[in-house]
Amino acid sequence: MMALLQQPDIGRMIFEHTADAHFLEFPPFGRIPLPTGWTLFGIDVSPTKHVVYMLLAAIGVLVCVFAAKRSIVRRHRENRAPGGFGTAIEAMVIFVRDDIVLPAMGHGGERYLPYILTLFFFIMFCNFFGLVPWGSTATGNVAVTAGLALISFVVIEVSGMIALGAKGYLKTIVMVPPGMTGFGAVAMAFILTPIEIIGKLVKPFALCLRLFANMTGGHFVILSLMGLIFIFGSWLVAGGSVALILFMMCLELLVALLQAYIFALLTSVFIGMMLHEH
Amino acid sequence: MVHMLLQVQDAQTAIDVAKSTNALLGAGIGLGLAAIGAGIGVGLIGSRATEAIARQPQASGDIRGAMILTAALVEGVALVACVFALLFKLIK
Repeated sequence: MMALLQQPDIGRMIFEHTADAHFLEFPPFGRIPLPTGWTLFGIDVSPTKHVVYMLLAAIGVLVCVFAAKRSIVRRHRENRAPGGFGTAIEAMVIFVRDDIVLPAMGHGGERYLPYILTLFFFIMFCNFFGLVPWGSTATGNVAVTAGLALISFVVIEVSGMIALGAKGYLKTIVMVPPGMTGFGAVAMAFILTPIEIIGKLVKPFALCLRLFANMTGGHFVILSLMGLIFIFGSWLVAGGSVALILFMMCLELLVALLQAYIFALLTSVFIGMMLHEH
Repeated sequence: MVHMLLQVQDAQTAIDVAKSTNALLGAGIGLGLAAIGAGIGVGLIGSRATEAIARQPQASGDIRGAMILTAALVEGVALVACVFALLFKLIK
C-alpha cells in the first residue's frame, strides 16, 4: 500500500480488508497462509479468514461463559456478595431473558432462551473481533449472516410446528382472516397465502441483510476515510480524517452491540408470533 | 465482412459501456434516495422521541430504548439499499 501513494487503488484496499481470504494477514509482520481445497460432498469447507475468526468468537463465548460459571461458583462457596466477572455475565444473561425473550414469547419462552443467548453472544463477539487491531468481522460476510438467518428461520418454523401442531401450522400459511366463511374465505385464502409465504421468507432475509450491511458498511466508511488520507497526501486532511475515523469507530462499537441485540430481539419476536398464533 | 464484424464489436462495447454507466447511475440515484429516506425517517423518530420525553420525563429510559431500536430498524432498510447499490457496481 505504501508504494501506491501516487495513484492509490482505494477500492482494492477496501475489498482486501473486508473480504474473505485464504490467509491471515498481520501487516506489517506478514501473513499466515491457510489450507485450501478441503471439500465435503463437493462444497468448499477450507478454513478461510472469516472461518478462523468465527471459531475464535465461538471459543471466546465458551471461555467467557465458563469463566463466569467458575467465578459465580467460587463466590458462592466463599459466601461473598455478588460481584465480579461472573455477575457481569449474569447481568447480561438476565437482560436477554427479561428484556428480549420473555416479553416476546411469554410463558413458553425458556425453551428458546439458550438459542437466543447463543445468538446474542456469538454475534456480539464476532462483531467485536472486527474492531480490534488485526481482527476481521466474520459477520461482515454475507454467507455467515445467511447461515445465522437460515438457522433462525428453521428454529422459528419448527417452533411453530411444535407449538401449533401440523394443522395449526398450516393455518399460518393458508391464512384465513378470522370470522369469514364460505366463498369469501376461499378468496381471501387465495390472496393471502402467497403473501404469507413471501412474508415467512422475507423476514430471515431481512435479518441476514441488516446484519451484513451494518457490519460491512461501517468498515467501508472507516476504510474510505483512511483512503482519503492517501489520495490527498496532506497533514491537514489526515488530521480531520483521523478525527472522523475515531468518531466512526465509536459509532461502530455501538452498532456492533446494537445489531447483536436486534438480531436476537427480532428472532425472539418472530418465534413469539409463531407460538401465539391462536 | 471484417468491417461489419468490427462495427458489431464497437456496438457491443458501446452497449457494455452504456450498461455499466447506467448501472452506476442507477446505483448512485438509488443510494441517494435511500439516504434521504433514512434521514427523514430517523429525524422523525428523534423528534417524536424528544417530544415524548419532554411531555413525560420519568419515561425517558423506555423512550430512549424504543428510539434506538426503531432507529436501527430504519437504518437497516437504508443499508439494504446500500447492499443493492454495491451489487449494481459489482455485476457488469
